[in-house]
Amino acid sequence: MTTLVIADHDNNELKPATLSVIAAANAVSGDNVVLVAGEGCAAVGEQAAKVAGVNKVLVCDDAAYANQLAENMTPLIAGLAADYTHVMFANTASGKNIMPRVAAKLDMAGVSDITEVVSDDTFVRPIYAGNAMMTVQSTDSCKMVSVRTTAFEAVAAEGGSAAVESVAAAGASDKVKWIGQELTKSDRPELTSASIVVSGGRGMQNGENFAMLESVAEKLNAAVGASRAAVDAGFVPNDYQVGQTGKVVAPDLYIAVGISGAIQHLAGMKDSKIIVAINKDEEAPIFQVADYGLVADLFDAVPELDAALSEG
Amino acid sequence: MKIMVAVKRVLDYNVKARVNAEGTGIDLANVKMSMNPFDEIAVEEALRIKEAGKADEVIAVSIGVSQSQETIRTALAMGADRGVLVETDEEVQPLAVAKILAAVAAREQPGLIIVGKQAIDDDSNQTGQMLAGLMDWTQGTFASEIDIDGDSMKVTREVDGGLESIQMQLPSVITTDLRLNEPRYAKLPNIMKAKKKPLDVLTPAELEVDIKPRLVTVKVEEPPQRKAGEIVGSVAELVEKLKNEAKVI
Repeated sequence: MTTLVIADHDNNELKPATLSVIAAANAVSGDNVVLVAGEGCAAVGEQAAKVAGVNKVLVCDDAAYANQLAENMTPLIAGLAADYTHVMFANTASGKNIMPRVAAKLDMAGVSDITEVVSDDTFVRPIYAGNAMMTVQSTDSCKMVSVRTTAFEAVAAEGGSAAVESVAAAGASDKVKWIGQELTKSDRPELTSASIVVSGGRGMQNGENFAMLESVAEKLNAAVGASRAAVDAGFVPNDYQVGQTGKVVAPDLYIAVGISGAIQHLAGMKDSKIIVAINKDEEAPIFQVADYGLVADLFDAVPELDAALSEG
Repeated sequence: MKIMVAVKRVLDYNVKARVNAEGTGIDLANVKMSMNPFDEIAVEEALRIKEAGKADEVIAVSIGVSQSQETIRTALAMGADRGVLVETDEEVQPLAVAKILAAVAAREQPGLIIVGKQAIDDDSNQTGQMLAGLMDWTQGTFASEIDIDGDSMKVTREVDGGLESIQMQLPSVITTDLRLNEPRYAKLPNIMKAKKKPLDVLTPAELEVDIKPRLVTVKVEEPPQRKAGEIVGSVAELVEKLKNEAKVI
């Protein structure tokens, strides 16, 4: 038995999400092979080879994979899959985009967003916004899985010395062209891997007020997130959204500011180690999941918190 | 051009899901069911494309129990032209849904298929990508903006770091994200009119699609519940607890 792990990367850096996928791969029998498909991605291949628990790295360096379009990634992965019992992706925007297309090409079911490996063919995944956990057994010969990265503790990025092989490209679609991207720039940790997250909701009232959260986040080396309501209202960009249909986070500390706590939001953060809620409505459902609740006007409490953190 | 949209009947998003007594699924007896919210966005987008003169017919397709006709009628009341129900009482997993939609598409020959990025019941986020793969069509997943120009389309996608744009040739499958549009409400006269719009009923067997589940449900359980916390009296107390009790800052 061998698992093929599809690396999440940007041609320069192996994303931490991949380290969690390898942890999930370690929970099934057999070796782990990592596929790095990209353009000018040799450095990523070398990083993957150093990861603990990786037995081999396949690098496919070709212009077709520069932006990992699903139309191009699919024939490559589907062509390799026959040699593997499992193909595992991170449940990131990229993994979600590609995994089901590959699965359908191979006539295999996909198992999305797993939080636990029970055995080689049995996995646990959340359904209904995490209001239920479903254990499913796959009857397919190749298990196509995407992994909820926050549910698996990342393996060490160093310590391995896997061989790196190159594999041939599998062609490019002429029907799709990548045009460009607008990425949110931030010097602080990435939302899904930050150890502290400060999130704002509708109670923030406007985008300018998020500066208060940015200031607190600066002092805690935290990422800033948001509820769907805050994103829909245009306060912050879409990539801030935490919840059932946005990002799932599980930091050591999650501070929810002006967030009422709809089940769709709780789905994205209720596995955080410590949850703090600051809300002026003492009936807000967020308090039912908070370890520490502060019933207060956020426009008083957040500046006070900011000042307290400045004092050290 | 015809546009096909897929609409799923799911537990209403405001209703809390409860695991059934047998631990085999969610209790759906006597609870409010609605159209999957992402599918409402799909219907709305199809209607806007038609209203912009870039499509001439919108077909709403649903798969499931006979009550899914209500979900199709909702799409018809919003403005879709006709409906197709592929009726079955069996569990239909994403791969089988994609195969059924591909079989319906083979009959209908749409130029564009729009589906929700995920259904809020099983949260799989697979059907659209599978459908595009089965038909070898281009895919624009998690779309927040689409702009059709002839047989080509620019799609803005919501990705982890922000937004990404791709240009693709039709025919394509689009999966909708939240910011694509704000769906309209059906007006009463349109709800009345929708009752008279055509709705065909087919079965998976007529479409020659094998819907046997590939994933066997072993069990369904409640997730672990968080323990109730405490209410602190001040910011100073909060900071003190985070430092000395929780030791997270």
